[in-house]
Amino acid sequence: MSPTTRQETLETSAPAAEAGPMNARGETASRRRGRASRSKSPAQSKTHAVPFKVRWRRDWQMVLMMVPGVLVMLLFAYIPILGNVIAFQDYQPYLTVFEAPFVGVEKFVGLFDDPAFLDAFRNTMVLAVTQLVLFFPVPIILALVVDSLSPRRIRNVFQSIVYLPHFLSWVLVITFFQEFLGGAGFINNMLKLMGMGSIPFMTDPTTFPLMATIQLVWKDAGWAMIIFLAALSTVDVSLYEAAAADGAGRWRRLWHVTLPALRPVIILLLILRIGDILSVGFEQFILQRDNVGPGAAEVLDTYVYYSGVIGGDWSAGAAAGLAKGVISALLIWGANSLAHKFGEAGLFQKKVG
Amino acid sequence: MTSLLNRKASGLSYSPTRPAWKEKPSLLYSGLKVLIVVVVTACIGLPVLVVFATSFADNQQIIQSGGYVLWPTHPNLDAYRTLFSGNLMIRALGVSAFITVVGTAIALFVTILLAYATSRPVLFGRPVVLAVLFTMLFSAGIIPMYLMIKQLGLIDSLWSLILPGALGGFNFVVMRSFFMNIPGELIESARIDGASDWKILWTMVLPLSKAVTAVVGLFYAVGIWNSFFNALLYLNDTAKWPVQVVLRSYVLQGKSMAADQLGVAVHAQPQSLQMAVVVVALVPILLVYPFLQRHFTKGVITGAVKG
Repeated sequence: MSPTTRQETLETSAPAAEAGPMNARGETASRRRGRASRSKSPAQSKTHAVPFKVRWRRDWQMVLMMVPGVLVMLLFAYIPILGNVIAFQDYQPYLTVFEAPFVGVEKFVGLFDDPAFLDAFRNTMVLAVTQLVLFFPVPIILALVVDSLSPRRIRNVFQSIVYLPHFLSWVLVITFFQEFLGGAGFINNMLKLMGMGSIPFMTDPTTFPLMATIQLVWKDAGWAMIIFLAALSTVDVSLYEAAAADGAGRWRRLWHVTLPALRPVIILLLILRIGDILSVGFEQFILQRDNVGPGAAEVLDTYVYYSGVIGGDWSAGAAAGLAKGVISALLIWGANSLAHKFGEAGLFQKKVG
Repeated sequence: MTSLLNRKASGLSYSPTRPAWKEKPSLLYSGLKVLIVVVVTACIGLPVLVVFATSFADNQQIIQSGGYVLWPTHPNLDAYRTLFSGNLMIRALGVSAFITVVGTAIALFVTILLAYATSRPVLFGRPVVLAVLFTMLFSAGIIPMYLMIKQLGLIDSLWSLILPGALGGFNFVVMRSFFMNIPGELIESARIDGASDWKILWTMVLPLSKAVTAVVGLFYAVGIWNSFFNALLYLNDTAKWPVQVVLRSYVLQGKSMAADQLGVAVHAQPQSLQMAVVVVALVPILLVYPFLQRHFTKGVITGAVKG
């Protein structure tokens, strides 16, 4: 225990300032955590140094305020997580979770004999890779364009327009696509009026990954741009000036100044995306599964729904869901550690601080 | 510093708009930029325009133009009259309005309390924050959630659309990082004057946090209004369907709105009727969007960058 910590511990337990230490500790503790996030000993030893009774008398109102949130969290996050035990059982709706027979990992093994699950897994991977390749660069390019748009007002109006689709529901987005590109949609009606055959944009399973990615770009590319715009606005302009003085043209400046400035954000978002690779979106696919067919539009999440809730094999659905959740969490964890190894800020360090 | 000022100024209309080191704008790049802006704007604006126009168009024009119109030549409200003469859409709107208003209020209440309490170094603060962050990383999954809702007896109850989403991880993080930036001296001084934590929150912290409360509230509201799958999963009773599910059934899946549901015989062209349903789902979002947009860039970015 370092001398400064001892000092603070004494200060905190001093009875005179019941409210004071809260603030002092609030300021310093959060600062310190931000600076040296790995060494958690000072904060922890301090926590234990104040007697529980003292802290309770000081904090009970604040603890009371946590009750509704904690209750919601317990009921709708943590107890359901425990409910995942049915993945290891042969659950039937007329049984309770405590009565269902235990079958071990049978349901997980069974997944690999289910062609529908293998389809769902393959589709998820295909969609995720398509999204990664085709979606990921779009917001960056869009941000570069918007950042260079010159009259302020045009820039603001354009920003308002491209953010809007993010706030529309997937039902609306798919409806728009249906009205435009569907079999009886705007484009196909035009083609018919011109005497040409129709093109099954929305129902062709072979081009579905592309279609799904286009839908995602339409909905979320503008929104995803925000974070790149924020990063762009922090670039020191004297860097551009210096580069230009050294004879760098606009592409060189883009390559040597702008992109390095965006690198931490790009890596952060890549991590998020890779960690999230098993979730490609849910409502988007459940809305189109009937039109495109499960062969191309079934993803892991819709598989859980259709095999479990609709098909009645609750345990298999839960097994698929649990496997997906655990692997996703491990992927995020792994990708984050990898980022730390490369010296990037990563994800959790920022969030907890 | 001067270059920084330059950059700020470069967005304004007065000259010189271009710093000395920058190339003159070339026709090629400017043209490309204009093209991108126009194409993107058209991609987003055109569907919205067509939906609005078709919902107001008369039958004859819709048939002539092959189902969709860009501009109604004889605008009328027939489709809306038909839609609102029955109770199907009115009921759905009522359900959506109820879950959005009540849901947002409850979610804000829960989130503000938890975010404020954990924004100060108090007892149980850190484990609770970690618990929330963990729920962002790992969710229970559809089936255990369904069983939980069933266990609580909330199947076919509108509370199943309200309560599970009452604590959004992202919104919690945004609120909490805002509260953490409120100077501790302020809260300390109120405490010394004998105010309870509850009173500090309501009379001091919340008035300081109007903007972030507005943003988070709008995020919740938009999320609840847009939610579709929860309703599909938890509600079997079609009378309790919110707007999004109605939109899906009658427009996307093309179920016909039977005369008994509408209360009258359907006399408007179904196409304009369908587009009217789309407009009903779309308009509330368009109405709140300007408020949302004014605040969110600030709110989201401060939240996202600080984490």
